[in-house]
Amino acid sequence: MSPPVPALSPEQKKELAAIAQRIVAPGKGILAADESTGSIAKRLSSVGAENTEENRRWYRQLLFTADKRVEPCIGGVILFHETMYQKADDGRPFPQVIKDKGALVGIKVDKGVVPLAGTNGETTTQGLDGLMERCAQYKKDGADFAKWRCVLKITAHTPTRLAVMENANVLARYASICQQNGIVPIVEPEILPDGDHDLKTCQYVTEKVLAAVYKALSDHHVYLEGTLLKPNMVTAGHACATKYSPEEIAMATVTALRRTVPPAVPGITFLLGGQSEEEPPSTSTPPTAVPNVPNVPELCLSCVTVPRLCHCPQAVPVSPGWCHSAVPRLVSQCCPQCPRRDHVPVGWPE
Amino acid sequence: MAHASASVDKGVVPLAGTNGETMTQGLDGLMEHCAQYKKDGAGFAKWRCVLKITAHTPTRLAVMENANVLARYASICQQNGIVPIVEPEILPDGDHDLKTCQYVTKKVLAAVYKALSDHHVYLEGMLLKPNMVTAGHACATKYSPEEIAMATVTMLRWTVPPAVPGITFLSGGQSVEEASINLNTINRCPLLHPWALTSYGRALQALALKAWGGKKDNTKAAQEEYVKRALANSLACQGKYTPSGTAGAAASESLFVSNHAY
Repeated sequence: MSPPVPALSPEQKKELAAIAQRIVAPGKGILAADESTGSIAKRLSSVGAENTEENRRWYRQLLFTADKRVEPCIGGVILFHETMYQKADDGRPFPQVIKDKGALVGIKVDKGVVPLAGTNGETTTQGLDGLMERCAQYKKDGADFAKWRCVLKITAHTPTRLAVMENANVLARYASICQQNGIVPIVEPEILPDGDHDLKTCQYVTEKVLAAVYKALSDHHVYLEGTLLKPNMVTAGHACATKYSPEEIAMATVTALRRTVPPAVPGITFLLGGQSEEEPPSTSTPPTAVPNVPNVPELCLSCVTVPRLCHCPQAVPVSPGWCHSAVPRLVSQCCPQCPRRDHVPVGWPE
Repeated sequence: MAHASASVDKGVVPLAGTNGETMTQGLDGLMEHCAQYKKDGAGFAKWRCVLKITAHTPTRLAVMENANVLARYASICQQNGIVPIVEPEILPDGDHDLKTCQYVTKKVLAAVYKALSDHHVYLEGMLLKPNMVTAGHACATKYSPEEIAMATVTMLRWTVPPAVPGITFLSGGQSVEEASINLNTINRCPLLHPWALTSYGRALQALALKAWGGKKDNTKAAQEEYVKRALANSLACQGKYTPSGTAGAAASESLFVSNHAY
């Protein structure tokens, strides 16, 4: 095996790990405001607004300038390219507005899905060309993290091995390039909820896909402490006859993550609402998987579950109704007095 | 009540076209062997694969082939109600530094867990027996137990999913005392880890073997050595071991066997 050639310096690793930790700090989530010009059209028209640049600017400004009650809730805001370079009424660029509220700026960098020839409607995601230069520019302009979405779907014959392998690989290339530019990549291998498959099937497919993703990240020398994962929750297909409880969905989701996500990953940020973010919310939105979390499709709430485990002896058990014996190490929450909370070292070597 | 285990592999065989690399045989009839062992009282099994670090090894073939055979073995064991201990040992032979061992171990374990996923192995029902991350025996630089612990736990955090209940380190030629100290330091490492970190290896027996020396009269003394080391390692896997300094010269003797092949 060739001797290790470090992909990142210790300083680069420190910066990436710190950014990732800030995004998923306790109580914080990500506002995904990165709808492309095409997809925001549906949202605006659903409320009778025209899809003009000014309306797009105004709507985002509305969200970004909300009062300081949101500050402890939002760790990061993901933007589309156009929004990065728009300004608020007071002349501040939006990245500045967001940072002034204590959140980090993210940028969607993929260029949409393209078909994989020889498959039944499967896709990969493009956007790698010139990504190095684009990331360098986005970093200069205030972005600290990025997002790239890959899409897979469940049918009798999909996802195929090719689709899994190709999407895992492109996610790893994207992640590697981001990190070279001090940008934390959010890795999003979304398995669509379309179909009538049951919960078990979704869990099985999610496990296979995530195993392939993390093998690809390893092969591409991606620094896991400086990444975040944005997976689908494990749910049955929308057309599935069986209805599952939030506890069943949560158990299936956390089990799949425990089997695939290495502890070095600082956080997992779920898309809530169970549908593709490119579609407007519908009245038949399935219930959220995590109890007590509001069903707001645009908001990604970070669930710092799998990787953050506390050894504090005062760990607080969660409320009854959960199967403690199945996931004993996971369901305990870290108590706020735990001395380890603020001093989570990242690893050796840095 | 302790569980009994069986070592079910049939030793290493060479991989043609490589520079002394090997894979491990023993899959033939393994299904029937496991069924029998289970009837006869075995609750878990062990299978050892061996990789080594040089300028050009381990090769992609060696990593892939050993990961695959470990996954086949694990799958067959589970079909028979036997928990497989998966052991991809990277030998400590050589003069490579700590970073190199960490890098190689990471690549190997990533391949192992991908293979286990591909072969549908139930992670909650297996255990991992890896080497600790240490420099090669001939490496000029000496590393502290804290550096070894950090490098080891960092690497495991990169590769071992939380569903795996426990990691039982092999001692790989470390002296008995070294192994206990390293295990203790690993368990005191401030990095969060979801799996148990414990030990399994020659280090438990070495002093007992020496004390026995083949003579029946030494039985009590030998048992005493075994019990002492078991107690020490029990404390070490809770991060509570304090080396007393009275372990004696024998405990510090290296157990390193060059190119260890069983």
